Amino acid sequence: MNRTDPKIRPYRHPPEGHDPPNDAPGYRSTALRHPTQPLVIIPQTLSEITGPVYGYGRLGPMDHDLTRQHVAEPLGERIIIEGRVLDEDERPVPETLVEIWQANAGGRYAHPQDVHDAPLDPNFTGAGRVETDTEGCFRFVTIKPGAYPWKNHHNAWRPPHVHFSVFGRSFLTRLITQMYFPGDPLLRFDPIFTSIPTERARQALVSSFELDLTQPGWALGYRFDIVLRGRDATPMGL
Amino acid sequence: MLTLTPSQTVGPFVAILVPSQDRGSLVTERTSGPRIVVEGMVRDGADTPVPDALVEIWQANAAGHYRHPDDPRPSADDTFDGYGRMHTRRDGRFTFETIKPGSVTGPSGTPQAPHLVVGLYARGLLTRLLTRMYFEDEPSNGQDPILTAVPAERRTTLIATCESEGRYRLDLALQGTRETVFFDV
Ligand SMILES: [Fe+3]
Repeated sequence: MNRTDPKIRPYRHPPEGHDPPNDAPGYRSTALRHPTQPLVIIPQTLSEITGPVYGYGRLGPMDHDLTRQHVAEPLGERIIIEGRVLDEDERPVPETLVEIWQANAGGRYAHPQDVHDAPLDPNFTGAGRVETDTEGCFRFVTIKPGAYPWKNHHNAWRPPHVHFSVFGRSFLTRLITQMYFPGDPLLRFDPIFTSIPTERARQALVSSFELDLTQPGWALGYRFDIVLRGRDATPMGL
Repeated sequence: MLTLTPSQTVGPFVAILVPSQDRGSLVTERTSGPRIVVEGMVRDGADTPVPDALVEIWQANAAGHYRHPDDPRPSADDTFDGYGRMHTRRDGRFTFETIKPGSVTGPSGTPQAPHLVVGLYARGLLTRLLTRMYFEDEPSNGQDPILTAVPAERRTTLIATCESEGRYRLDLALQGTRETVFFDV
């Protein structure tokens, strides 16, 4: 059992087998990059249960709208992504930074190392940020990213996805993940998605199409809720 | 209970969100505390520099307090948030300009030696790796409750060497004989 400072409510551990293992042979880049030694278990201290909650820098008014960061609109299918950041006990995580980055509609990133033979879109950078409101809600406007090929194995394609980065209240709740789209036939062939051990956890990364979020004549709406580690009810005593 | 959202890799293009100069400096002219530079290189199992990693640091101020409401004595210094992040450069290197943190209260009130909490992400890593950076010229390292929980022969992978006055270096090795100690917290 961990011993921590009195009055500190520790964060619960993710259930066993919830996150993908770093050694995932189907995803070839893990071979030379996964730690081979077991992780060393340490108690939670003030250093881990705190985290950056102030001072992300000022957000610009168009930071959440990736379709309005250039002179003209990007090409592609306009979408709205709305969701909430919650903890496992369904408590909203207010005023926390949510960031995204993604490929354009053709499946190409505005990054010099992306050599996929698909057009760049001068009106799309593909990065956005927003802070959740008091109820933990966030909203992005963007375009649906395209699938793109990668060199992992023969005929490998990443399913369309949006990369998400979330802070939460502590360094332990920090999460970087990917949001996928419902009904995508590429998901079951994707070693990054299927590196997640359980079907239940995989489904947590698949957004849902929602007619209520869809704006008539303008954009399709998807919901993506993000659930961060919850806290133990009682402080760990001495 | 809700299902926790699982982690996924940052992939090779996180620099779209976090350019290398994003938050390499944590200080302003008004920040109080001894200025330091911490630098290092991220390496993979072939000893090759990793040019597409994201390195994050989180630390206390010079008095050992975090700028966070859960710290019993939170720092009110708005010139120092204690958070930095940086994309590694093409040679796999990262550099942070910051201040040397003070000693933070640890388990059961025992002091922890000055340290930075370090998060590491990259293509090929499906979860974040969590580690710490200590300072070789700190006599209190020998009593640090976390450092002493690490097998003795691996402790030096967590201790930055002092290259010159105020300049520290710690390389992060994902594999190999000097594989960095990563934590499960
Ligand atoms: Fe991607």
